[in-house]
Amino acid sequence: MSDVVLILDDDVSTDVIYPGRYMATVLPTETPQYAFADLVEFNAKLKAKQVPQGSFIVAGKNFGCGSSREQAVSTLKGHELVIIAKGFARIFTQNSVNLGLNIIEAPAIEAAEGDELEIQGDEVINVTRGKRFPIVPLPPARQVLIDAGGLIAYTRRRLMEKSPV
Amino acid sequence: MGKTVVEKILARAAGRPAVSAGDVVEPAVDLAMSHENGALVINQFLEIYKGTGLAPRVWDPSRIAIIFDHRVPAESPKTATNQKKVREFVAANGITKFHDIRGDLGGICHQILPENGYVRPGAVVLGTDSHTTSHGALGALAFGIGATEMASVWALGTALNVEVPATIKVVVNGKLPPMVGPKDIILRLVGQLTAEGANYRVLEFHGETIRAMSTSGRLTLCNMSVEAGATSGIVPADAETLRYLREEAGVAGTLTPVTPDRDATYVRTLEIDVSKLEPQIACPHTVDNVKPIGAVAGTKVHQIVIGSCTNGRLDDLEIAAGILRGKKVAQGVRMLVFPASGRIYTQALLKGLLADFVQAGAVVMNPGCGPCLGVHEGALGDGETALSTTNRNFKGRMGNPASDVYLCSPAVAAASALAGVITDPRTVTVGGVR
Repeated sequence: MSDVVLILDDDVSTDVIYPGRYMATVLPTETPQYAFADLVEFNAKLKAKQVPQGSFIVAGKNFGCGSSREQAVSTLKGHELVIIAKGFARIFTQNSVNLGLNIIEAPAIEAAEGDELEIQGDEVINVTRGKRFPIVPLPPARQVLIDAGGLIAYTRRRLMEKSPV
Repeated sequence: MGKTVVEKILARAAGRPAVSAGDVVEPAVDLAMSHENGALVINQFLEIYKGTGLAPRVWDPSRIAIIFDHRVPAESPKTATNQKKVREFVAANGITKFHDIRGDLGGICHQILPENGYVRPGAVVLGTDSHTTSHGALGALAFGIGATEMASVWALGTALNVEVPATIKVVVNGKLPPMVGPKDIILRLVGQLTAEGANYRVLEFHGETIRAMSTSGRLTLCNMSVEAGATSGIVPADAETLRYLREEAGVAGTLTPVTPDRDATYVRTLEIDVSKLEPQIACPHTVDNVKPIGAVAGTKVHQIVIGSCTNGRLDDLEIAAGILRGKKVAQGVRMLVFPASGRIYTQALLKGLLADFVQAGAVVMNPGCGPCLGVHEGALGDGETALSTTNRNFKGRMGNPASDVYLCSPAVAAASALAGVITDPRTVTVGGVR
């Protein structure tokens, strides 16, 4: 069980998650400092380690739309945030699967900042409100990558099968 | 059962007799494009090989393209060092389709690929840039991916677990009115579909307006297809595609257009009549917040931007220069022009267009992504408003979350530069004396 630490609207773009002016910073070890850089207070909390790992961000439709920049995923992964949204943009979804960011599609989700949520099977439970919301499962083709531990591990395995040492 | 263009392309690339929307395939990649974020791709590529005992080697250096455009010339030591790292990797791996920061051969990746003939009809083109959708203008399947996925492509030569997208057929008919162009069509379409309306779909463009449209205009349409969430936009290759590739991109050899079957299955068909279309404006802060120009005419602007992978080609510059020629940009307005490539810059120079811009008071910048993504130059001040021919107006896009960005065609941008407020280009005279 964790708290909702941030509520966001529909169509949150990668420019909001990871502003373009920080794009010269690419390494997953360095990107977390710029997560939501223009939401100054939230960014400060993240940097001060005041947001526990596993905390929830709850957003509307089409989260992560816009640029393909992978920093928008590695920056959230670095804080081990869990993103629940009514929907996600395509490239953001794929990048999340590839890097192991926990994203959950729950089209009917209702939550406010401070609510306690729990993921149980194929449902998000809003403990504070006593409500349950169904989760849309990832397509099997993407689940394979998650099960393998991300795209780097999966590609490594495929590479070894292709060209055994 | 008939097939769409994307189904035919993915069947060929995956070595299968036929595939249908929803199937999962592993297509061979014909072209793998990156820009400055090649630095991250290299990092992830080397990570893949760790502990394998295999020497890191790209699958086919002739199929990788790297074009520096996002931050050129480098704005910081960090970018310069990333670019240096990419240069060294390019040299060590024999990557030939590399476009460094140069006045002649450089430019924006989505212009460099078409004009050098790197994209062919029927090809599978992946790029670490969301606007890779642009290349569907040449009848290819082209879409954006992340850096780690690109690293996987560099290692294996195939894209893993690609779900064959369903297709929305977009039929565009009617003759475009004066001062209304491809940008207005795609803005109108994004507004109609919404920012997520084409998620996991391909937009396949048809109709007499498309057939009559130049490759430049088709690049604008496909470029912004991603703003409706589309995996890609595709214009099935036709006589104009072949003309462009032969005459402008210097392509020799066999070209094989891929066309959809008459009974192909579409999830939806949209018909648009453009004969009465008005100039369209995307208002802050989403690209689907689209209004006809009358709704926002008169809005004060501080910065006008003409250029980018969306509207930085010669025909775009010609339209804008024709409006500005012999006139002056309004006091209090900064106008920035950045052609999409060195080749276009040179053509515009020789035609006198750059002189038209400079004499009107505009600043002509080097080819590149420029102010579009707020990383490099042309940032906005608090409370300022930009009117731009680029493709995104998200909060903070031009480097400042306390500013507004409106998107428009080159004609609207030029007319508005003269007046200092958003202005309908149908109200201005064209063709002043140089």
